[in-house]
Amino acid sequence: MLTKSQIIAWLNETAEVLRQNKAYLTDLDSAIGDADHGINMDRGFQSVIQKMPEWQGADIGGILKSVGMALMSSVGGASGPLYGTFYMRAGMAVASRHELSDDDFLKMLAAGVEGIRQRGRPELGDKTMYDALAPALDALGTSLGNGENVITALDKTVRAAETGMQATIPMQARKGRASYLGERSIGHQDPGATSSYLILKALLDVISV
Amino acid sequence: MKKLINAVQDVVSEQLQGLAAAHPQLVKVNYEPRYVYRADAPVKGKVALVSGGGSGHEPMHAGFVGRGMLDGACPGEVFTSPTPDQIYACTRQVDGGAGVLMIIKNYTGDVLNFETALELTHADGLAVQSILIDDDAAVKDSLYTAGRRGVGTTVLAEKIVGAAAEAGYNLDQCADLCSKVNSYGRSIGIALTSCTVPAAGRPTFDLGEAEFEFGIGIHGEPGRQRLPMRSADEMVEMMVLAILDDGPYTRTVREWDRRGEGWMDKILTDEPFKPGDQVIAFVNSMGGTPLSELYIAYRKMAEILGRRGLVVLRNLVGPYITSLEMQGISITLLKADDEILRFWDAPVYTPGLRWGI
Repeated sequence: MLTKSQIIAWLNETAEVLRQNKAYLTDLDSAIGDADHGINMDRGFQSVIQKMPEWQGADIGGILKSVGMALMSSVGGASGPLYGTFYMRAGMAVASRHELSDDDFLKMLAAGVEGIRQRGRPELGDKTMYDALAPALDALGTSLGNGENVITALDKTVRAAETGMQATIPMQARKGRASYLGERSIGHQDPGATSSYLILKALLDVISV
Repeated sequence: MKKLINAVQDVVSEQLQGLAAAHPQLVKVNYEPRYVYRADAPVKGKVALVSGGGSGHEPMHAGFVGRGMLDGACPGEVFTSPTPDQIYACTRQVDGGAGVLMIIKNYTGDVLNFETALELTHADGLAVQSILIDDDAAVKDSLYTAGRRGVGTTVLAEKIVGAAAEAGYNLDQCADLCSKVNSYGRSIGIALTSCTVPAAGRPTFDLGEAEFEFGIGIHGEPGRQRLPMRSADEMVEMMVLAILDDGPYTRTVREWDRRGEGWMDKILTDEPFKPGDQVIAFVNSMGGTPLSELYIAYRKMAEILGRRGLVVLRNLVGPYITSLEMQGISITLLKADDEILRFWDAPVYTPGLRWGI
């Protein structure tokens, strides 16, 4: 079970973590991209934070949709529409909920990841955020399916995302700007997979407190 | 970092204020969300052209808004694509009732943001169509990459299709012409130095004094190969041959199908250049290379093209699609038939390109 205040705390924590990792994400991006991922994600989540006063009476679905809209209109790059779609679809999957059952939470994450898949059309191994998100979603489904509680399930989700993120290091990119480097993209961790991991970890950190 | 700027976060908005102040008869600027549009937009009954992309490539795209070229341009942050709300608002602003053609450079960010905006404008009932520009011959295959990037041909396409729209082409005709220009055009770029995105504060990549990067895009991203520096003639020869010896290029592109009202995958093949082809030759500075060096490059390019039997009918030399202060150049060759030549020669009046008016 996740409450509305936990979701809001998650979004706050995400903004905080992305701010702390702004230079790190940008560094990762400068190795294989265009050196703006940390800057863009920070700008995006600062604009999310500014929406918070509007969330007083909103349900979780509405909050996540407003996060998606804020990211869509402030991040730019490929990450803007991808993360924007992630939160919008996640919000649509849990419309009008003020708290999320474990099943709601799984549906929410699944809808978000499916949105990213439709918008960006990644495949596993392309060296993108999908390489962190897809195994994370699988881990969540498996763990909740085995009757484990949401903290345990989310712990496994985050570990799967971390493993997926690290697995992007030896991959040769086939999507996005990194793909133009060919073999030179090998040996670098994907910045999008890294921000995805950080976003999921922020939720775990908030609900484990 | 040493730049003629005030606050880093004001770089894009302040340059737009300057553009509007310098060319009030040509363009207007909307700041929230951010887009530049023709002072007389919407032009009733004319197909409107909208493009956009990261800032830092000036004069492209905002400098190409005006008569005979773009109706609207959506500048993103430096080297970051614009967002769907900008593109959506700009498209609504410039639609004169004959539909809107979106000219999209093939960069994942640009594509995803424009696709999202196109879906939004379509949902409002506007006639919209998109054409992808993917002309960068440095990218060999599309199977293992995001496909060829949109570079120099973009400038030529905006000029040519802009003139066609001015002459009364309908939306389908504009889209077909844009697609033809894209398939007839090929480019290659090199960098002698990196460039510094203001928000990052340091160069995007390190390039040694004795090295150059072959096959760069326009966002300061590293290219395909890093090689030891050599003479201008040798570098230009590598570039021109990379275009002339480039074989057929086949890829699947996603285009909006107005009749099917959805995205449609289309397989396109660009044919290589051959002796006897008539071309428009475009030698472009990435921002930091002076005109003197562009002409050194032009001289060698013209010599090689002559030797290979290509006929240069028109040319464009100067900084038109740049990467901030990067030293480097790109060369674009566009096969020119009568239709393309006619619209190339047609009058254009924008902040960045003007002739015939």
